[in-house]
Amino acid sequence: MTAAIKQPGWIRGALGAILGAAFGFALVVAIRKASGLPATQTEQTGYPQVVVALITGPLGFLLGFGAFDYWLRWAVGMPTIPEDHSQHGAKSWKDYFRFNTDHKVIGIQYVCTTFFFFFIGGLLAMLIRAELAQPGTQIVDAATFNSLFSTHAAIMIFLFVIPVFAGLANYVLPLMIGAPDMAFPRLNALSFWMLPLAGLLFIGSFLAPGGAFDAGWTGYAPLSTGAPLGQSFFNLGVQFAGASSIATALNFLVTIITMRAPGMTFWRMPLLVWANLSTSLLVVAATPFIAGVQFMVLFDRALHTNFFQFAGGGDVVSYQHIFWFYSHPAVYIMMLPGFGIISEVISTHARKPIFGYRLMALALIGIVVLSYSVWAHHMFVAGMFSWLRVPMMITTLLIAVPTGIKIFSWLGTLYFGKIHTYSTAMLFALAFIVTFTIGGISGVMLGMVPIDIHVSDTYFIVAHIHFVLFGGSVFTIFAGVYHWFPKMTGRMYDEKLGRVHFWGTLFGTWVTFIPMHWIGMDGMPRRVADYASQFGTWNLLISCGAFILGAVQLVFLYNMIVSWRFGPKASGNPWRANSIEWQVSSPPPIFNFDEIPRVVGGPYEFGVPGARHAIMAGESVEAPAPAQATTVGSAQ
Amino acid sequence: MIGRLPIAKMLAVVVVMTAAISAVMLSINWDGQEASTAAPKIDDLLNVMIVLSSFVFSLVVVMLFYALWKFKAKPGDESDGEPIHGNTKLEIAWTLIPTVIVLFGAGYSWSVLHDIEKQDKHHLTVDVFSQQYAWSFGYPGKDDVYSQGELHVPVNEQIQFKMHAQDVIHSFWVPEWRIKKDNVPGITTTAIVTPDKLGTYELICTELCGFGHASMRAKVVVETPADFEKWVGGLKEKVPAPLAESITQDTETNPAPLNAGGA
Repeated sequence: MTAAIKQPGWIRGALGAILGAAFGFALVVAIRKASGLPATQTEQTGYPQVVVALITGPLGFLLGFGAFDYWLRWAVGMPTIPEDHSQHGAKSWKDYFRFNTDHKVIGIQYVCTTFFFFFIGGLLAMLIRAELAQPGTQIVDAATFNSLFSTHAAIMIFLFVIPVFAGLANYVLPLMIGAPDMAFPRLNALSFWMLPLAGLLFIGSFLAPGGAFDAGWTGYAPLSTGAPLGQSFFNLGVQFAGASSIATALNFLVTIITMRAPGMTFWRMPLLVWANLSTSLLVVAATPFIAGVQFMVLFDRALHTNFFQFAGGGDVVSYQHIFWFYSHPAVYIMMLPGFGIISEVISTHARKPIFGYRLMALALIGIVVLSYSVWAHHMFVAGMFSWLRVPMMITTLLIAVPTGIKIFSWLGTLYFGKIHTYSTAMLFALAFIVTFTIGGISGVMLGMVPIDIHVSDTYFIVAHIHFVLFGGSVFTIFAGVYHWFPKMTGRMYDEKLGRVHFWGTLFGTWVTFIPMHWIGMDGMPRRVADYASQFGTWNLLISCGAFILGAVQLVFLYNMIVSWRFGPKASGNPWRANSIEWQVSSPPPIFNFDEIPRVVGGPYEFGVPGARHAIMAGESVEAPAPAQATTVGSAQ
Repeated sequence: MIGRLPIAKMLAVVVVMTAAISAVMLSINWDGQEASTAAPKIDDLLNVMIVLSSFVFSLVVVMLFYALWKFKAKPGDESDGEPIHGNTKLEIAWTLIPTVIVLFGAGYSWSVLHDIEKQDKHHLTVDVFSQQYAWSFGYPGKDDVYSQGELHVPVNEQIQFKMHAQDVIHSFWVPEWRIKKDNVPGITTTAIVTPDKLGTYELICTELCGFGHASMRAKVVVETPADFEKWVGGLKEKVPAPLAESITQDTETNPAPLNAGGA
């Protein structure tokens, strides 16, 4: 038992969590006692003894779990444990439940954890649609309904779409650039373990007095500053998810900038690497804004500051400015990595170089720059200064240009190629082009102030964001998961079940989200538990579509689990791709490469005679000039 | 490269498809009844966007399906496609043409916005008070009379709504007018509407404001000036003191719509 307490792990972690929470609780009680206040405070926005415990508890868990062991020993001058790589690689399934610094283990931890939350968020969506199938209130009351869509959105955004991309890139990106691991493996592990803590806080808020947070994922003040305790769970959950996101982005930036294999110039990087470079630039600069603004709300709630309390001199609209200064770039944080995935999948399965590679990379950078200057298009009716609307409208519409470049370049990539559609990944990539175009079109409409005045805060918005985030991001996530499943697990998935999943998802997406445009324009506001009976038929159809969409995800789950365990063994390069991660075995060796590969050409040189991307260790290197090499790499 | 594609035929399909989708989409009145002078202008903009969007959608779909039909690999074909890395002219075209289109859209939207927010010298000012979960209205030009849950306005006269939220943010929306504006605690926001059809409508709160959000509605009656004067004359209640106080305390951060010369 004492040994278990000394060893980093779950027992020490649980102990740390309890001690941490107790410390936070006791600290508040002691300070309040010393100040002559009652020991605890249970006004609905207060509960400082709970709020502080919610910070110290998770930190205590991370301490106990071993996330800080190395750094702490180093910081206090103790002899550090020599790196014996015991925290590297996974020998059994149990290793996935440990503090592990291997980017491939962390990648799988990320993907599995985020899909766990995807299914939780999906269940919440099913409850929402069940309630909305008929006008009137049947299943949940209005307050619970508000909690349902708030937690649904928060979980899907902060615990699924954003981190699942970080997970996929965690696994694939170091392999792609020929690096043995991420630049900061311990930071990488810490980033991952903050994520389930954020999830626990979001879900745990259902247990708080007053119910889960219910001010929407946007948490507009002053509704959020006056909301029950659950709102504080959201404020703090965002801190852990945000810190995780920022640390990972920093890690990606340093990894991409400093750890590329010799010969991999910026213009030889696969577009997935470009995409994650762009995303990370957004995350490091934008995410601190949401972290800050959620702290300001928390301070207004618990410390009686007056950032957003109009009665105390605060400014209500400034919450939205700060919030959207993060949350609009966040839309691109949730989309750019997907753009990268689509480029890899389409080029590989069309057997064609990416059409206009450099413009594709520049379009990503263009989106990064523009996305910082469009946030106020969420606020056209919010009562901000009216002169701000037109410039923000122009930048918003202009961002369609680089996005359009990407769509047309993917289409151009298909032309004169040899398109293979046997892979479910390619099906999702092709469908993505169409569904995302619809999301883009409705986005341009929303960017126009007069149209936005009419449809903002209606179901048109709900339709738009789901076409962008589900028809867009989630389709790219499925494409990515199917594409790299053989690499990550060493097994092939079942393409037949993949097709069922694909067609069901495509059908469900359109049936669910297309009619939402119509009822929105016709007068149905969003975030309502009850609605006018004239929208009843459409809502019933939407709910049926949503149930199909939900049910078909179980096929995906079954396929992934069973194929991981029993699927046929995958070769190193089942898709005959060029990039480096496919030139090693599936799954890759524990340290990725025996010797760092040498990059000698672009990543998408399909059909170019003799061209190759990288020369792997052990390959004959008698022909260093790329044009003279004759074999296309297939080293294990 | 492009010369090898049946561009004329593909474009013809795109045009036919655009026409077909637009015809169906324009035949449906998406936004419902138009009951203000702003509504047809916004709907026209929307209709132009529907045609443009149908074109973009058709273009993408035709390009995709032609590629899938023409360039699909035969089973067992393991060869690669042609090593085409791009085409500068094409890339410039699909950068510049969309730029021109969206800038046209921006200019058009701007002019519509300018139009619908033009202030008339003669207008009626109505104070809108919102609180969880009810609407009420004051008529400052009419002896500060006060009405709860029922808004009456005369037809064909510009109304300037001055919004005053009492607790959290609410949003004022009458779908038939196409006009929406948030009511923000601490500041006065303004919406300008000229109703041009008699009738009874519904005022809907569109900003999440708590558990009663879905039921925060009010009745809106657009009537002849004579009927309106009669109704106002029948109101006995005055705007209650706390609400009247919120009018004077709110700062007007949104005083000048764009065309009013700027701040």
